[in-house]
Amino acid sequence: MTPPRPRQPDEHPDGIELPLDPLPGHSSRGRLERVLRRGEFAVTTELNPPDSADPEDVYNRAKIFDGWVDGINAVDASGANCHMSSVGICALLTRMGYAPIMQIACRDKNRIAIQGDVLGAAAMGVANILCLTGDGVQAGDQPGAKPVFDLDSMSLLETVRIMRDNGKFLSGRKLTTPPQLFLGAAVNPFAPPYDFRPVHLGKKIAAGAQFVQSQYCFDVPMFRTFMNRVRDLGYDEKCYILVGVGPLASAKTAKWIRANVPGIHIPDAIIKRLEGAQDQKKEGKQLCIDIINEVKEISGVSGVHVMAYRQEEYVAEIVDESGVLKGRQPWKREARSDDQRVAERLEHILHDDVTESQVDMVKTAH
Amino acid sequence: MVDTQPTVTQATLVKKAAPKSDYKPADVSPQRRVQRSYTIRLWSIRHSRLLEWFYSRFADMFLLLHPLWKTIGYGRVEAPIKFVEKRVKGLMFDCRMCGQCVLSSTGMSCPMNCPKQLRNGPCGGVRANGNCEVEPDMPCVWVKAWEGSRNMVKGDAILNVQKPVDQSLRETSAWLRVTAQAAATRETASKEAA
Repeated sequence: MTPPRPRQPDEHPDGIELPLDPLPGHSSRGRLERVLRRGEFAVTTELNPPDSADPEDVYNRAKIFDGWVDGINAVDASGANCHMSSVGICALLTRMGYAPIMQIACRDKNRIAIQGDVLGAAAMGVANILCLTGDGVQAGDQPGAKPVFDLDSMSLLETVRIMRDNGKFLSGRKLTTPPQLFLGAAVNPFAPPYDFRPVHLGKKIAAGAQFVQSQYCFDVPMFRTFMNRVRDLGYDEKCYILVGVGPLASAKTAKWIRANVPGIHIPDAIIKRLEGAQDQKKEGKQLCIDIINEVKEISGVSGVHVMAYRQEEYVAEIVDESGVLKGRQPWKREARSDDQRVAERLEHILHDDVTESQVDMVKTAH
Repeated sequence: MVDTQPTVTQATLVKKAAPKSDYKPADVSPQRRVQRSYTIRLWSIRHSRLLEWFYSRFADMFLLLHPLWKTIGYGRVEAPIKFVEKRVKGLMFDCRMCGQCVLSSTGMSCPMNCPKQLRNGPCGGVRANGNCEVEPDMPCVWVKAWEGSRNMVKGDAILNVQKPVDQSLRETSAWLRVTAQAAATRETASKEAA
């Protein structure tokens, strides 16, 4: 029999799907908060949501991140394109013990629906929520939809914080059990008004943000300027900042993204570097690793958020080659010794064609 | 390289399949279409300091008239005041009559003109030239708000986190509500002092 594996850090001994024990000073019972509060360099990534009703699609897409990331973002119809909902993805992921970061976009739901979803998600074991404004409907595949935008990212943060800390709905009605959550927000230091952006981060912290994930960073000097200002204001001590990074597939895609996806800033130097490369895909990956190596040295940066849309298979390589984990292995779904025993016994019952009488069983047992 | 060939996304397919006719609506969002030209709105933002000064005098005057409003009845003056307010603020700021005016906290740039109606700052999609993600020809409401707030004496009010809009107050007079609230706080303060 295989020896029982050592218990992984941040895992409930009675079952991987159970919430962790509450720790003092922690607002959630999730793994991501523990990693960040321990001061370890965190890695999060994004799951490409399937256009299907098959749970296996979600599990297969999550499996490739096993052992490389501390959190998986379940996107809420990003780019206003319809996919499986973030609530649905989180329901599936929490069953398997993953640590999803549930994104909520204000585009599709009003405050009644959002508060209900927050309670439902927390009940399923979602420990992290990322509050977003969301892209406009004109960007997606159904531009005729009604844009809701009842709340904005800031008032959404505040709403969830009130539910968690005051145990109340926005209306003041009491919750019997408040949700225990780690609250996140998004920042984009690469879009104007540039001098407002650091202050805007401060506003998000005031509204309740405990961690932020940034938009794709391709311009490190620009990010450095932003971080200098953030450090001057002392915001890096009040919230964990994860830098968004990702590989570009080719110079052509980079140009397309720059022209068509609002809010992503790609300097000419990056495109030139990609164009000059023999294997553009490989160069794109290398570029991402180089950017990670640069930003991880900036003080105040607590982790990276690797967004490899349709290149998810490279996330593990990028994390490995950049060495940000420093030998640490994030949680990974593994069979424990008791699971192993059950599996062996089942194997025996199902496949070994034995017809034992009770008398024989007693004899073999002694 | 075949750079000219655009990548086919779901959105482009949808756009291609849309029925074709000669009439194309001018702007992308209905939000933008109902408002008039935004030149006057930009003037107001450029002169945010002047308007701030004027607005504070104006609020004082309204508060002075509180006994008058009270005698006539706030409910009865609402219709004519709203008529004036809607037209004046509509001309100056492209007001959308949300009923909870935050112009003083947003550099005299009305946040309800943002296609996402954000009241707490810009989204992440602002274009490099400072224009809106949804309406490529319109300057971002929040880029302008930040510029306007820098000219104002109490411009740092832009840092306050705003509560979500109470939709039940749409199409009501913000001027009268602010006046009535200021009068109420003044009364409680004088009662406490006494």
